[in-house]
Amino acid sequence: MTIKIKSFGELKELQEKIKAGRDPRKPGITLCVGTGCLAHGAMKVADAFREEIDKRGLSVKIDFRKTGCHGFCERGPMVIISPENIFYQHVKVEDVGDILEKTILKGEVIDGLLYANPQSGEKYVHEDEVPFYKLQTRTVFGMNSKVDPKNMEDYLAVDGYSALAKALAMNPEDIVREVVTANLRGRGGGGFPAGRKWEETSKAKGSPKYVICNADEGDPGAYMDRSLLEGNPHLVLEGMIIGAFAIGSSEGYIYVRNEYPLAVENINVAIKQAREAGLLGENILGSGFSFDLKVNRGGGAFVCGESSALFASLEGRAGEPRAKYVHATEKGLYDKPTNLNNVETWANVPFIIQNGGDWYAGIGTDHSKGTKIFSLVGKINNTGLVEVPMGTSMREIVFDIGGGILNNRKFKAIQTGGPSGGCIPEAYLDMPVDYDELTKVGSMMGSGGMIVMDEGTCMVDLARYFTNFLASESCGKCVPCREGLQRMREILVDITEGRGQEADIELLESLGASIKDGALCALGSSAPNPVLSTIRYFRDEYEAHIKEKRCPAGVCKALITYSVDPAKCTGCTLCAKVCPVGAATGEKKKVHAIDPDKCTRCGACKESCQFDAIIVR
Amino acid sequence: MEEKVSEIVQGYGGDKSYLVPIMQDVQKEFGYLSRDALTAISANLGVPISRVYEVATFYKAFSLKPKGRHHISLCMGTACHVRGAELISGNITDMLKIKDGETSADMEYSFETVGCLGACALGPIIVADGEYHGEMNIAKTTKLLKKLGKKV
Amino acid sequence: MVNLTIDNRKIQAEEGQTILDVARKNGITIPTLCHNDALEPSGSCRMCSVEIGEGARAKVVTSCLYPVAEGLVVNSGSERVKNVRRTVMQLLLARSPESEQLARMAEDLGIHPEPRFKPSEDGSKCILCRLCVRTCETVVGVSAIGFSFRGPEKNVCTPFHESSNICIGCGACASVCPTGHIEMHVSPSGDVRTIWGRDFKMAACSKCGLYFAPEDQLTYISGRTGVPMEELMVCSSCR
Repeated sequence: MTIKIKSFGELKELQEKIKAGRDPRKPGITLCVGTGCLAHGAMKVADAFREEIDKRGLSVKIDFRKTGCHGFCERGPMVIISPENIFYQHVKVEDVGDILEKTILKGEVIDGLLYANPQSGEKYVHEDEVPFYKLQTRTVFGMNSKVDPKNMEDYLAVDGYSALAKALAMNPEDIVREVVTANLRGRGGGGFPAGRKWEETSKAKGSPKYVICNADEGDPGAYMDRSLLEGNPHLVLEGMIIGAFAIGSSEGYIYVRNEYPLAVENINVAIKQAREAGLLGENILGSGFSFDLKVNRGGGAFVCGESSALFASLEGRAGEPRAKYVHATEKGLYDKPTNLNNVETWANVPFIIQNGGDWYAGIGTDHSKGTKIFSLVGKINNTGLVEVPMGTSMREIVFDIGGGILNNRKFKAIQTGGPSGGCIPEAYLDMPVDYDELTKVGSMMGSGGMIVMDEGTCMVDLARYFTNFLASESCGKCVPCREGLQRMREILVDITEGRGQEADIELLESLGASIKDGALCALGSSAPNPVLSTIRYFRDEYEAHIKEKRCPAGVCKALITYSVDPAKCTGCTLCAKVCPVGAATGEKKKVHAIDPDKCTRCGACKESCQFDAIIVR
Repeated sequence: MEEKVSEIVQGYGGDKSYLVPIMQDVQKEFGYLSRDALTAISANLGVPISRVYEVATFYKAFSLKPKGRHHISLCMGTACHVRGAELISGNITDMLKIKDGETSADMEYSFETVGCLGACALGPIIVADGEYHGEMNIAKTTKLLKKLGKKV
Repeated sequence: MVNLTIDNRKIQAEEGQTILDVARKNGITIPTLCHNDALEPSGSCRMCSVEIGEGARAKVVTSCLYPVAEGLVVNSGSERVKNVRRTVMQLLLARSPESEQLARMAEDLGIHPEPRFKPSEDGSKCILCRLCVRTCETVVGVSAIGFSFRGPEKNVCTPFHESSNICIGCGACASVCPTGHIEMHVSPSGDVRTIWGRDFKMAACSKCGLYFAPEDQLTYISGRTGVPMEELMVCSSCR
């Protein structure tokens, strides 16, 4: 598209024209090619669809659309057939012919491709009946399955950029007021009210003013920002342009992880399209307002999620934070007033402008408004991205939407808030999930990662894992974080390897308190959370490691032994075959044995055993 | 090489704030950031070499050494961790005799663990020479490495 | 002027000053490791932590960076502050057990090593206070040294850990180092100075003949100031 849209009226006309050209009854195939589905082989499926559609001469009769992430990553690659909204999962290249032949041409539903509830076996034909989707409120994320991220017409067809047009006709102060009324809180970590940030930046003295989108999503296990940027880049752009107008900014940056190549590609395409269409650049939509954006790729450092470290990185320096006694809204990037929000926060903005701050404030709990996208991963049946109103219970998310624990094992805990969040035990499953409730139980919202753990997860090992991650991601500037986390890691390694000492738990607690108080930035001051929260709820597990030299979950290699359950072993010899060190031995059809002296506890035998006969204790 | 570096730097208008993206582009061009490349960046951009070296070693995306012919990345995101990625890491280290971040002496294999790849439904995940391999376990990892030519 | 309280003492201070400035001016001792009046504060050692505010809103901040404000209440020796300082010192003692300067400071503060922290065996006395790097960059203007890597691996070095060809051998880094980590050696006759693994030829004073500064440093100063070399070849006592 190269036509320049010069006014609000022209935008409306163009939207209507695109919509009029689209027949809602026309058969359509929508295939998810988000990163999760791509890893499942979705690109091959896409190629097969193109080829088959051409071969059958159907290209004018049906719409074929490749979209970003739909969220139900567990079941990828997935296809939605319109107008009926039929949902097919785990679609393979071999299924493509059938889908065209049976579903598109004859209107038949292919039973084998339908989603079946793993517990009840019940099958669902339509996407909106599948419990994973049915129980969600997909306000921000829902558009992903309707737009091809590289085609701006798709975005305009769902009234995209209408919020921008509306905002440009408003007073900047009124826009800020809507965001304040909405009580939109930052989706990236701290949960700071976005409206207050906007207000402060707009009032701050200094020029230029910057707006920045933080897309340096570093939390391992969270990928909603990537999915939004990949799947619906214009939504994020629209939010940012509105913000820039409200604040009085003419320059902006998107700081995106270099590990997200598709997101980088799609946002760059979107920026180019928006510029050509007159939605970005000089005199946007003829309003007189000008704003432009640059994309800057991060270098791979978790600490750059911290605003002052992100600024340092944008300025071409190592990502070291500065003390924030003066807010970024006054002195941020290049010491100029800067408004930084993350991808999901920006993506909420167009909805607030379109529907009003009061509408938004009507969703959620007292102090946490709107919906939140969670990344539900780990030992869960339905891994994926889930959008629910703030205040939805943990149980609903994990069991009703998430479909419960993998292999019907027992729920143990859920880790929220990223590496520096906390672990929440079963007793709190019914708590409503919002910023304040999560903080109350010693965790946090963070960017919305939810890692589900079952009884096979060792909480001491998990604390060691996170502390190790944070210690190596520490920028190394301040002593408590750099040295303190190293010492915490050392002690945790000792505990998991059987060298734990009597007073270690108390030392971890006091060290944790000092790091919280003493560290320079939010990475450091929240880094002790995984250790402190696991001690708080799973102290007995620490004690078992330290006093009894035992790992109750059967994870810590130095504290466990592998053996064979004679009642279950059938003598199939598989364990002996896979054992890399010859520790598992036995004759065919006779009970096998594992030599504990040779065994390296690599886990190969347990993984291979079809009869659950390997005991780890 | 110096010409290419100069061209990349000019592509960013010689703007010092683009140091990180410039280094990414140079690394993409040459596979890693050699001493000469870093020196050329420093000269072209007018940033002291101590600062360029600082940035090059600070960010995980940069490699100051050439990589092996086969590149194996193992996701160590939390979802992969709780699904047993550490056991797989042990298996790779045992088989290739190289640790995280190392390249084998014969320049055949590089192995590194990475932060979340955001394909958690498929965890644990290995990306071998750009191709995703999901739901990995020890046996499948062994098979994959053998397929890449590792004689065991 | 603003009115604040430090350790229950009512104090008047100029706006824009830091808590540390004001405390020191009023005879209140706050320990520091990475602070130097000639440099912008860095806030990396955290020794100068103090507690501000009261009740649930109380928080620990670094006094070298925090600007004074009207009505500010500062406690420079609260339990939380003591814990942070103790932890910082214990962590540094374990990192650099060979630094006599650190051990002395710990003793003065009544802080003992934490036995659970295994003392580091690499012999490094560097506590990454950054004084040397900041001095080289902002005072000398050379940036011969910098940091490499991050987190536990972070260290101060010349690029590629090799002798730097832009270092002028001025030794400012060594003189500002609080722990005796940066070593500077001079040959017995005084004609060669060695620092950061490089030998610097020393210039002899044209009047008294004593070696007084590296030639590279004089060339650098001459280049920066335009003062001819001949004029710089005189040591400070003969000038």
